[in-house]
Amino acid sequence: MKLTGEEQAMRGGEFGPLRQWAIEHQIKVGNYLGAEDFVPVGQAHIMADTESLGPAGVEWLESWGKLPRAQREVRIPTITDPRGTDFAKAHRLKQQPWMLELERRAIAAFERLGVLMTDTCINYQTIMPPVRGEHVAYGDTGVVIYCNSVCGARSNFEGGPSALSAGLTGRTPRYGYHLDAHRQATLLVELASAPRALNGWGALGGIVGRLAGDYWQVPALVGIERAPSPDELKHFGAALASFGSVALFHVAGVTPEAMRLADVVPAGAALPTHEIGEADIRAFQERYTNNVGAVDLIVFSAPQLSLMEMQKLAGLLDGRRATIPLLAVTSPQVKPDCDRLGLTGRIEAAGGTVLSGMCFYQSYAREMAEANGWRRLASNSAKLVNIIGGYGYRPVLLSMEQCVEAACAAGKLDGTKLVGGLTS
Amino acid sequence: MSGRTFYAAAAMGRKVRASALVASDGFSARYDLDRIRGTFSRPEHKLAGQSYHGRVLVLDAAKGGVATAWMLYEMKVRNVMPAALVLNRVNPIMVQGAALADFTMISGFDCDITKAIANGGEVEIDPQAEPPFIRVL
Repeated sequence: MKLTGEEQAMRGGEFGPLRQWAIEHQIKVGNYLGAEDFVPVGQAHIMADTESLGPAGVEWLESWGKLPRAQREVRIPTITDPRGTDFAKAHRLKQQPWMLELERRAIAAFERLGVLMTDTCINYQTIMPPVRGEHVAYGDTGVVIYCNSVCGARSNFEGGPSALSAGLTGRTPRYGYHLDAHRQATLLVELASAPRALNGWGALGGIVGRLAGDYWQVPALVGIERAPSPDELKHFGAALASFGSVALFHVAGVTPEAMRLADVVPAGAALPTHEIGEADIRAFQERYTNNVGAVDLIVFSAPQLSLMEMQKLAGLLDGRRATIPLLAVTSPQVKPDCDRLGLTGRIEAAGGTVLSGMCFYQSYAREMAEANGWRRLASNSAKLVNIIGGYGYRPVLLSMEQCVEAACAAGKLDGTKLVGGLTS
Repeated sequence: MSGRTFYAAAAMGRKVRASALVASDGFSARYDLDRIRGTFSRPEHKLAGQSYHGRVLVLDAAKGGVATAWMLYEMKVRNVMPAALVLNRVNPIMVQGAALADFTMISGFDCDITKAIANGGEVEIDPQAEPPFIRVL
């Protein structure tokens, strides 16, 4: 990689050992992935939960905290993905004291490095959405795909060590989605009709993700006649990234780089084309509902819920009573509004639990399952359904309405209602 | 198949020799593994229930989220981890995780490497060679 004078100085240790480690790490990554140089970035977003860091990762972070402030603090606004707990509600989840202690140590270590503990995977809805063409270094695949696709920003998937490095050096290796050449569509998806519910959008993301198959594929969707809502694209993108490791999509006439399909399809290119209809979306969801008669808990998470999702959930629960655990996970930025506007009170009056700053699968999901006797989990998040099977759960993908119905029926699922509610 | 050598587009880490664990499936530390037991835990994964500790994992593509970047380091410190990762296609997260953990990884072949390497066979990886390669012993 070509290095500027400042980058050579960082590599030589003139800015201290942490920045030296950071740029060496970035050079290793850049060399592997064919970067020719660095690109300055305006923001970084770090995955920071202790379920992924582990004690080893926390100790590694703490080891840098002894450096002088000038050597240890990030150079650009650097924020974090969800934590592994909501300290105020950890007892309800039966999380263990050692988990909370590890979280506290991680928080202290990140704060010593100048990182803002925002604890959110919906920073594009709540903190500072990037603008079109802005180069950023974001962690959380859902954040990256939304910001690349809907905002027109430029980021690769930046895992914790790389996002922290970007915060420390103010730059990232210029490869992948920082380059025009990688932002063109590589496959077309023709939709007969757009989904109407968030779980349907997630299912669509799952289908397209499986078709795409890897990080370097860029699907372009045609046939969506109305502008989807931010929450719909949030669920679509999160599932697409989860099932396919995809970091960028286009929707013709909707997303900013694809106002015309021709803007993202290379001239003369004959791209692989796939047709997806309502039956495909229904079949995708039914794969997760077969042979499950009841569930043990309901989880709304992954991504954290927006204020509008919280409002809808509160409305569905008004006058009802959840008789199995129902967890609604939102961000620390949305939660105070939910409190102020009475949404938290309405959800919890109906037996639900509102959690803030965490995400279910990043919060010791296996240990929570063992402690609470949870196995069969229903959610309207296709992303969560995709992930949580590896933690020992039997997941079911339902609409928000169906999840509430199941919560108020002791977890029992009504097969007839499942079909009707898919795209409602 | 013994003696065949497959050259790769990119690699990092140290020279490794171990038995291969092969499947035409993806890889994500968070989605697919029980990292305490050192086994594949996602029921749908083609290696479900199998131990990966000390094996050269030969898989199709990097999948899933960003957590693997931290998790490879944590797996290495606990010494319950694969000997190396061999992929047809990487995503940046695998590269970033391997860089932090000083973990051996090699990717980008002119064939489907999951069909070229036999499950259980002894293999050697030299990521520092030019070009880097995996060889069936």
